[in-house]
Amino acid sequence: MELRGITKRFPGVVANHDIDITVRRGTVHALIGENGAGKSTLMKILYGMQKPDEGTITVDGEQVAFHNPGDAIARGIGMVHQHFMLADNLTVLENVVLGSEKLHGIGGRARAKIMEISDAYGLGVRPDALVEDLGVADRQRVEILKVLFRGARTLILDEPTAVLVPQEVDALFDNLRGLKAEGLTVIFISHKLGEVLSVADEITVIRRGTTVGSADPKHTTTKQLAELMVGSELPSPETRESTVTDEPMLVIEGLHLAEFDLEGIERIVLDRISFTIHKGEVLGIAGVEGNGQAELVEAIMGMLPPDAGDLSLDGADITHAPTRKRREDGIGYIPEDRHRHGLLLEAPLWENRILGHVTERPNSKGVLLDPAAARRDTERIVREYDVRTPGIEVTAASLSGGNQQKLIVGREMSHLPKLLIASHPTRGVDVGAQAQIWDQIREARREGLAVLLISADLDELIGLSDTLRVMYRGRLVADADPATITPEELGSAMTGAASGHLEHGENAGGEDR
Amino acid sequence: MKKIDKERVLLAIAAPLLAIAVSFLVTALVLLVTGKQPFDAFSIMFDYGFKSDSQVYILDKGTTYYIAGLAVAVGFRMNLFNIGVDGQYRMGAFFAAAVGGAVSLPNFLQIPLIIVVAMLVGGMWAGIAGLLKTKRGVSEVIATIMLNAIATNVIAYFLQPGRLGHLDKAQTQVSTTPLPSSGYLFNFDMGELNGEIYGFIVIAVLLGIAYWFVLGRTRFGFDLRAVGLSESAAEASGVSVKRMVLTSMLISGALAGLVGMPTLLNDAHKFGTEFPAGVGFVGISVALLGRNNPIGVALAALLWAFLERTSTQLDFEDFDKEIVGVMQGVIVLSVVIAYEVVRRYGLRRQQQKVGEELAAQAKNKQEVAA
Repeated sequence: MELRGITKRFPGVVANHDIDITVRRGTVHALIGENGAGKSTLMKILYGMQKPDEGTITVDGEQVAFHNPGDAIARGIGMVHQHFMLADNLTVLENVVLGSEKLHGIGGRARAKIMEISDAYGLGVRPDALVEDLGVADRQRVEILKVLFRGARTLILDEPTAVLVPQEVDALFDNLRGLKAEGLTVIFISHKLGEVLSVADEITVIRRGTTVGSADPKHTTTKQLAELMVGSELPSPETRESTVTDEPMLVIEGLHLAEFDLEGIERIVLDRISFTIHKGEVLGIAGVEGNGQAELVEAIMGMLPPDAGDLSLDGADITHAPTRKRREDGIGYIPEDRHRHGLLLEAPLWENRILGHVTERPNSKGVLLDPAAARRDTERIVREYDVRTPGIEVTAASLSGGNQQKLIVGREMSHLPKLLIASHPTRGVDVGAQAQIWDQIREARREGLAVLLISADLDELIGLSDTLRVMYRGRLVADADPATITPEELGSAMTGAASGHLEHGENAGGEDR
Repeated sequence: MKKIDKERVLLAIAAPLLAIAVSFLVTALVLLVTGKQPFDAFSIMFDYGFKSDSQVYILDKGTTYYIAGLAVAVGFRMNLFNIGVDGQYRMGAFFAAAVGGAVSLPNFLQIPLIIVVAMLVGGMWAGIAGLLKTKRGVSEVIATIMLNAIATNVIAYFLQPGRLGHLDKAQTQVSTTPLPSSGYLFNFDMGELNGEIYGFIVIAVLLGIAYWFVLGRTRFGFDLRAVGLSESAAEASGVSVKRMVLTSMLISGALAGLVGMPTLLNDAHKFGTEFPAGVGFVGISVALLGRNNPIGVALAALLWAFLERTSTQLDFEDFDKEIVGVMQGVIVLSVVIAYEVVRRYGLRRQQQKVGEELAAQAKNKQEVAA
């Protein structure tokens, strides 16, 4: 498959320009680039979800034009999305045949076909299992099977490892090698360099919407790749000199929360969680998403009332304080989902600067807003935090993700928080802004800020944290010293395979699971 | 930056103008199909609508519609659809009329008493829907529709001789006991032929200013708007969304309670079977057309009153007066569509502009560096 001179413009931005890629049959071809470099747009073009403004796509020597994903699948190109598109309450078989009932029926023939594919590529899929009972890695295999079932010979995987722990990543790579051995082509999108080097046969690097080079994984190091990807030296989240004091800032005691699902079965979301963050300390929480981190954050913010447990901030009990009081008392909040919890997308930037701090200066005097002061202070944040915007009257929606995040960080830091809750603070943020956000967290920590850091980026966690905890099924199952731990060791605790205190190099942890 | 602002204003008025233009067009087509001359009809409307006595009528009706529009707009600003303004204002007006007819206080006490009763009853009636929504998750749309029906029957029950009803001298009409003259609000006399402008128009203007001030300039207003823009972000910012739902329902209901006041204090002085109904629904149309903006709602209220005024004249001139209903319906439909179109266009346009300006900035910087 060949792509020549692909250009795609969106209102205001050129997402892709002059992209040239050649993918050879029977290889794993990696496409790497930072967030926002234009990888996803390119994939959407390949998969027929968007049409390029210029350029040609050639498949097996024949020029093609895809108008919709159906055209692409007819040409044998299938997409495995980053966010799974499966119906939880159906079985694997039902999910696979859904929408392509005409291919092999919905009964025995389809089942035989599924087993045939599953065995051929070692996917190990059980057709009658309910999807809701499957783990993330199994669901991903179902997604891959779905695409193969429809006759794809070229698979596009969009950041397939984002949701997996290291061990599951290895299993996935084995599957990919199996596919390759059968003559299938895999296009693998990622920004995790180590993974790319271990699985890819060829690598194409995309930067700022265009292809900037290709690399041979046998003769390239992650550092070289990263520099190609960023165009300069990589920043690192490294923070070593300790600023941890022994004065507790946030003390959590026995935080417990249970939820009932639709069938009325009790599910423990937070299982008697206790920890203390001291002034000047960054406590990092590792864990696969969905193990209670979001609920923990919402409980600390006062958005989700827990069933039991006590919280105190800087010596004062805040167990029953409403969210606003907690914010006024000095909890800063960088939410995981900035669109849902951090911004009013259709409001101008200066109103977004007020959000969450409406009772504090300079936003208001008494019960009245002070729009003039809020506007002035927004100008300052835009300047000091390098928010790229033509002005403060534009809506938050018109900024890019990284600039939205910088605005949020600037807003929260402007109120000199005592405790900062940072949920995935650099997700979807470009490398420049990432380094800046890390700097700000480090600087504030030096001045006695306590930080609760939750992140899926293990390098970020290990690099920034003074203390590490691992969260698994609502419990803090393990702790580790960020100075010695490796991402792999952390990863194994994230699957629940190890617990207790994780020591580097040894057979980690007490066997109390 | 100035440019974007100007554009935003332009876009803001583009939608309602578009909607009105479309409705005139559709109405013209309907008239043509029924074999009538559309331009004759329009010229009758404009000639008649701008006569002095029509203007007085439009201002009076507009006052009522304006308050109804504001009551609905408060809810709209936080994504609450208070369809119950109709029931709330009838309940408010009815009990205010009953209390006002039962006591006789000096003017400066009588009128505030009537107004306060109306606001309290309207607020309470809306508060039921607010409580149901916050405590039981019942959609306010369903609850307020039901409450409208209940209001009709509650009033019908009490509006009988021997209860709160009062038979007039001719023994033909039932109403509440008429207010004593201390319950009459002043009017502006516009001359023998033109009639009187309700004094309540002054209060309506003050309400508009208060609406603008509270929503745009206070912490409370910011919280309310934040809930309307994103419930989840507002919750995370420290707003108690449930309490805000209840509070804004109470405010919306209290405003709705005032809707009947121009009629009660300035004109009818009693609540009878002929008391206007359906004004709450006009409020919905007017709030939609006016974009929940205090000035926009005022213009929309006046337009609605204008259309209604001219419909009677159309009837005289042998046109079907229902054509005005068609017009109003089309305005509401097209305004909803036009807003969405203009909103999306505006967002896209702004994203594009921001992108362009940033690209230009980056280019300048590079040139400076080079």
